[in-house]
Amino acid sequence: MNGENATRRMREYVTAVIGGQLFGLPILRVQDVFMPERLTRVPLAPPEISGVLNLRGRIVTLIDMRCRLGMPARAGDAPPMAIGVESRGESFGLLIDSVGEVLELDDAGREPNPINLDPRLARMSLGIHRLDGQLLMLLDVERVLDIGTTAIAA
Amino acid sequence: MGPMPVDEGVSMDDLLREFVTETNESLDVVDVELVRFEQDPNNAKILDNIFRLVHTIKGTCGFLGLPRLELLAHAAETLMGKFRDGAPATKEAVTVVLATIDRIKQILESLERDQREPDGADQDLIADLEHMVERIAAPKAAGTEPLQTVGTLAPQVLERRLRPGEDSLDDLERAFRNTPVDSRPAKPVKAAAEAAAVEDEAARGAGQSIRVTVDTIEKLMTMVSELVLTRNQLLEIARHHEESEFKTPLQRLSNVTAELQEGVMKTRMQPIGNAWQKFPRIVRDLCNELGKEIDLDMQGAGTELDRQVLDLIKDPLTHMVRNSADHGLETPAERRAAGKPEHGRIRLSAYHEGGHIIVQVADDGRGLDTERIRSKAVAQGLVSEAEAARLSEAQIHKFIFAPGFSTVAKVTNVSGRGVGMDVVRTNIDQIGGAIDVKSVAGVGLSFTIKIPLTLAIVAALIVEAGGERFAIPQLSVVELVRARNGGEHRIERIKDMAVLRLREKLLPLARLSTLLGVATGTADDIEGGYIVVTQVGSQVFGIVVDSVFDTEEIVVKPMSSKLRHITMFSGNTILGDGSVIMIVDPNGVAQALGSTATTQMAAEEAAAARPSESVEPGMSLLLFRAGSSQLKAVPLSLITRLEEIDARKIELSNGRHMVQYRGQLMPLVSMHDDGKVKGEGAQPLLVFSDGTRAMALVVDEIVDIVEERLDIQVAGQGNGVLGSAIIKGQATEIIDVGHFLPLAFEDWFRRKVQPGRLKPRAVLLIDDSPFFRNMLTPVLQAAGYAVTSVGSAQEALTLIKDGGQFDVAITDIDMPEMDGFEFAEAVRDDALMAGLPVIALSSVVSAEALERGRQVGFHDYVAKFDRQGLIAALKEQTDLGHAA
Repeated sequence: MNGENATRRMREYVTAVIGGQLFGLPILRVQDVFMPERLTRVPLAPPEISGVLNLRGRIVTLIDMRCRLGMPARAGDAPPMAIGVESRGESFGLLIDSVGEVLELDDAGREPNPINLDPRLARMSLGIHRLDGQLLMLLDVERVLDIGTTAIAA
Repeated sequence: MGPMPVDEGVSMDDLLREFVTETNESLDVVDVELVRFEQDPNNAKILDNIFRLVHTIKGTCGFLGLPRLELLAHAAETLMGKFRDGAPATKEAVTVVLATIDRIKQILESLERDQREPDGADQDLIADLEHMVERIAAPKAAGTEPLQTVGTLAPQVLERRLRPGEDSLDDLERAFRNTPVDSRPAKPVKAAAEAAAVEDEAARGAGQSIRVTVDTIEKLMTMVSELVLTRNQLLEIARHHEESEFKTPLQRLSNVTAELQEGVMKTRMQPIGNAWQKFPRIVRDLCNELGKEIDLDMQGAGTELDRQVLDLIKDPLTHMVRNSADHGLETPAERRAAGKPEHGRIRLSAYHEGGHIIVQVADDGRGLDTERIRSKAVAQGLVSEAEAARLSEAQIHKFIFAPGFSTVAKVTNVSGRGVGMDVVRTNIDQIGGAIDVKSVAGVGLSFTIKIPLTLAIVAALIVEAGGERFAIPQLSVVELVRARNGGEHRIERIKDMAVLRLREKLLPLARLSTLLGVATGTADDIEGGYIVVTQVGSQVFGIVVDSVFDTEEIVVKPMSSKLRHITMFSGNTILGDGSVIMIVDPNGVAQALGSTATTQMAAEEAAAARPSESVEPGMSLLLFRAGSSQLKAVPLSLITRLEEIDARKIELSNGRHMVQYRGQLMPLVSMHDDGKVKGEGAQPLLVFSDGTRAMALVVDEIVDIVEERLDIQVAGQGNGVLGSAIIKGQATEIIDVGHFLPLAFEDWFRRKVQPGRLKPRAVLLIDDSPFFRNMLTPVLQAAGYAVTSVGSAQEALTLIKDGGQFDVAITDIDMPEMDGFEFAEAVRDDALMAGLPVIALSSVVSAEALERGRQVGFHDYVAKFDRQGLIAALKEQTDLGHAA
């Protein structure tokens, strides 16, 4: 990496693996990382919503990131992890395969989405960072949480 | 000019907001106090209070640079100053001041919205106020100057001229001095007559209070709720460990939590008097408008309830008070005539009872008009005349809560704007409350409302469906029933719908797991489950669940915004064991069951109650009234059109009623015994036509069109009635159209049949249902055929073999033993009968059936009830036959 100049702006990201792909979430958006337990599924809910659970007295809505990102469902081996985020006073848990380390990345190293990126993914991506041997996609949390419910309600 | 610009800087906004809030509160007080003052004009204390409040408003307006408000307040203050100087507080004067307060409120409203005073002038009101000042400026009555300024007043000089509406410093000084300093707590005065009002005032003046935003309280409530849940979890855990060292501290935590919960709940509580505050003014204005005299008596104004609940019952209460004043109470003259005191009385009272608060609105007026409600209920089809006659007065009175019910003949300015008691009831239902009415003619009317204290914590029944647990709010649960085949409560099936027969009522059933799409196993396996009998408004239904746990107090938490579109749930909650469960919304379930289910239920209920010969499923019937109040019905397919004509267009020709219709004179047949026809107004008609000619039945009212399975009890009453059936729970006469057709076509009938041939063509009608035989025979006769009808194909064959001569046979398809197809085959295969045309009648006209019909030799295939189609087919077949 050669971004060590004066305009260098470092940000920290919590990394997560979803369907073999590495994703990053701005650490400031992440409340906590937890192992979902006693999940209650919600009948008639959109498919992206795995259910709700009680996390220290708060009701958290769990979002299945594989489903949200258009990836195949998990084969049930290792227990999933969830990244807790908050939006407009509500708590959400993003269901991921595994959580990785916290990375400090330079804004200057961020590249725009490749043009051939799946448009569904592209909508939720803030850009790409090239890491050693793999790509890290930055997730736009608000877009991830923007799950349309009107179509279902209609 | 001095005033600061209003829309600049955050602090000014805050100041303005606070001003608006405070002023609105002050004005509410002024409203109430003025009405009190009007009744008690010698009470200087009330006047002082009003004067001070208005003065403060005026002063603040000047400071904030709100000229419109300032001028208005000043003019009102001047007038009230005259009251204080001993001028009489006349009704007119008080009305003008009240109008001014209303205007000030309007201005405040837009001030709050737009951060500035709206454009406009108030010269009209100010002129009224000034005019009033001149009119009432009476010479100062002796001894009405109770307020003496103590000490010397130094003459004060202002370096500029006074602005309009400004007070001289002397006046200000005087006002300050005269303002009582409220440092000591108000005395707990409890004069019986004004107990409520004074109590209220004492609460306001005495208690030290601070202003807290609703948000803060809501947040506190949320946190306490969470604490309660955590406590429940801990208790649940501790239950599994018998002798734990946590036991004692946990007990303490539990108690403290309970107290804290109660404390926070209390902060959400407001006296019901807050919702009553506007009533004295409303009643006063109504008195003026209606020329009535009404005393408003309020008891238990200090009774507290959750502010959320309070908000929701404000409008229903207002409506009831208006109703009492407008319709309930008589005019003074009427009251005098009835030997009652001229002053009517409306009594509001509130008190706690269990976890509920009971609110009563009572008046000593004329009470409900039972007869009017009864006839309206019958007219609206809520109940049959016979049933209505059996109902008790109290049962009749309950109809006022039925949707769209209003007995008020004329819409007044005050109430009767289409919002009736049904809306009140809906509002109260929504918060899990109940309303009851008691009325004694000539003595009075009282409504009793029972509402829960709070909506934040509710009792819920925990149930299981499809392997998941759900909570059903206890408020809407009527009872629990075990569903078992052959058990006491039978489950029956009507079409695709499962119903529960419970104490002679049929309740539609819905499996919760099916509704929620989590059903496992066979779709409709209801047996062995539990039925949660649930009521939403007047709709009662059963929610079938797999098992029932216990009842828990749950804290309702809002659904995630991503799940709020699911109408089946009203929220979610955390149970004592820490898991989240969904709270089922009975309203959502009721919606899913649909109103069709309930109407269908009513019909099925009636049908089920009277086992009788079932004729055909699903027939469209037109329900109407004619001649008598008895409901009548006719198969819709027999009717060509429904018309409504102006009764003045009905002509009398040759002693018969006719009307010009589509370029022809159409004869009208009345179903009244005396053949009477209306002289004016809209006249509904049922038009029957067979292509060239048309006649119409004159009816009083077209009631409805229903899809109904007919359970007819054939009774040969004649006179155009085929028999009676139960339709939508009411006995209904099925009309024999064939009886009425010749009444209109008599001459035409003769003319057409006689000259052509001497012998009418013979039709053999085969149908196993006497109903259809009875219905079709006259129709065919009216069309000029000689009809022989038999109940089975065998009978028909025997008749033909015995030498019966027929030009055509009409046969039903679906018959026991030998069906229509077999009959046609038999006819085709028999040399004797081979030439006989056979027309098939069927309620099912499918491509397959048509094909099969062709194969067996049907000459034509006509849908049942297609009268014109049948006549046309008959004509074609018989003409062919004779031509050959």
